Amino acid sequence: MRRRRFLWVALATPGVLWLLLLFVFPFYVVLSLAFGTLDPLFLSPVPIWNPMHWIPDQFTYVLSHLAGAAGFYGPAILRTFAYVFIASVGCLLIAYPVAYYVSRFGGKRKGMLLVLLIAPFWISYMMRMLAWVNLLQIDGWINKVLSFGGIFNVHIAWLDGRPSTVILGLIYGYIPYMILPLYAGLDRIENSLLEAARDLGASRLSTFRRVTLPMSKSAVVASLLLVTLPMVGDYFTNDLLSASPSTAMFGNLINTAIEADSQVGKGAALLIIMFVVLLAPMLYYVRMTEKAEGGAV
Amino acid sequence: MTTVNAVSRGRVSWWRNPWRKPRILAAITWGYLAWSLLPVGIAALFSFNSGRSRTSLQGLSMRWYYGDPSLSVLHDPTLQGALIHTFVLGILTTVIAVPLGVAFALGIDRWRGRLPAGFNFAMLMSFVVPEIIMGVSLFFVVTRLHTPLHAGTAGQVVGLVTFQLSYPVIIVRARLLTIGKHYEEAATDLGASRLGAIRRVLLPMLYPAIFASTVLVFADVIDDFVIVQKLSAGAGTEPVAVKIYNTARGAPTPALNALATLLLAASLIAITLGYLGYKLLSRNEGQSSIESFAGQV
Repeated sequence: MRRRRFLWVALATPGVLWLLLLFVFPFYVVLSLAFGTLDPLFLSPVPIWNPMHWIPDQFTYVLSHLAGAAGFYGPAILRTFAYVFIASVGCLLIAYPVAYYVSRFGGKRKGMLLVLLIAPFWISYMMRMLAWVNLLQIDGWINKVLSFGGIFNVHIAWLDGRPSTVILGLIYGYIPYMILPLYAGLDRIENSLLEAARDLGASRLSTFRRVTLPMSKSAVVASLLLVTLPMVGDYFTNDLLSASPSTAMFGNLINTAIEADSQVGKGAALLIIMFVVLLAPMLYYVRMTEKAEGGAV
Repeated sequence: MTTVNAVSRGRVSWWRNPWRKPRILAAITWGYLAWSLLPVGIAALFSFNSGRSRTSLQGLSMRWYYGDPSLSVLHDPTLQGALIHTFVLGILTTVIAVPLGVAFALGIDRWRGRLPAGFNFAMLMSFVVPEIIMGVSLFFVVTRLHTPLHAGTAGQVVGLVTFQLSYPVIIVRARLLTIGKHYEEAATDLGASRLGAIRRVLLPMLYPAIFASTVLVFADVIDDFVIVQKLSAGAGTEPVAVKIYNTARGAPTPALNALATLLLAASLIAITLGYLGYKLLSRNEGQSSIESFAGQV
């Protein structure tokens, strides 16, 4: 019995050490910096390793600059949640019908449709953004199409800090990550259940409302989490499609802060705040996965 | 008059037919596919532009791949270096992350108790945490502590392995769940040792899952951005994604599109080989292979 267990422990150990050393410990470094001080002479961050001596100065600073005249953190954080909310809902409104169509009515074309749905998954995120940067130039194809071959004179500067461009970019960027889990969830629903509902007189709409939708609820929640969590930490979509402080997001705040020595502590504090804000949805997702794994004891 | 009537009644009766074809859903699906794939296709098309512009086509050529003596991907050392560096990262990370993850999955799955459940929790957290949180915490380790870990290729590989470790673990554990324990128990009953049962019975049954996670990790690494950007040490260690991010909003030549297109081609080749290999490995299992492969990714 003992020997048996030894084998499993030995197999797991390298991965466990890796995670402890390179995932858990770095997070402790962030905490030590966020609760640390600033060297008064060099203005460089000094981490405090002992949690008993942690000081909350950085957090007080960040929290006192959320709103008001000197509140430069609050607007970006609020903006992030607004953008992410709109973009997630947008993703769902497009992804659900597409996943539903492919799983129900894919028929003989299902394989090909699936390949096309997976394709953006394998195209570099940066290439997909580059494609839009080129299309959205002032003399780019989008403005040309909108000009209808010279009838109108459209010179819209799409890339000059427009919230709509950033939100559309987020939808475009993250929607593939939503469609696949949604498809998997919808495809699991037995066809016979839907046929039964139809045979018993339910219309297409009420079959959807009373059978399909309730049965796909957990897939909807999982896929929403899968796009929402990374979107909150996104800074590059905004950098590429807007590059203006007027659309700066939470991730941009952190990204800018960690560049300057004197701001590192604030960057670390912002990172902790982001983690705490996202903790509940992250734990929820982890719980769901653990259940799917057969309840990891 | 009568024809108008017939047409309108025709439309209504189409709508009232409970078994009508889902034309609206089909339109949304095809519209989505066009929206998601056409921009990338146009970006790839512009990589063959014979002019410098990225907004108007001036004829097709291979100028930006190898024709141009100084600006093409072949002759510009920074572009060529970015492409090579991307593959180096992809191969090194895959070679480390997949065995580490498979061993971790086997160990954690069979080693019962509170401790492994905690490690499993840490692994799942590493899967859901936004990449910026992991990237910035490793960035702090590299820049603020005196450890053997430095920014550059080694740091990037270590960061990528940490980020990717969860994929093989999740895929292999899902597979272990469907396999169950009987095959292994039968093998030990027939006289195989514990290790022999794993090596000769369990491991071969896991090949499809291991293979799928290898393809997934490789394709995901060559598209990765946040971790490689945070842990890069200057222009020499910038892979394609970082190169695109740094130059897309400047005035890039179509050589940047050519670089992105080459990466896309590599991704597609990897995934096609992956699919064929997966089909070969799981040919005895009777499931429609494109769908189960899609389920893996």
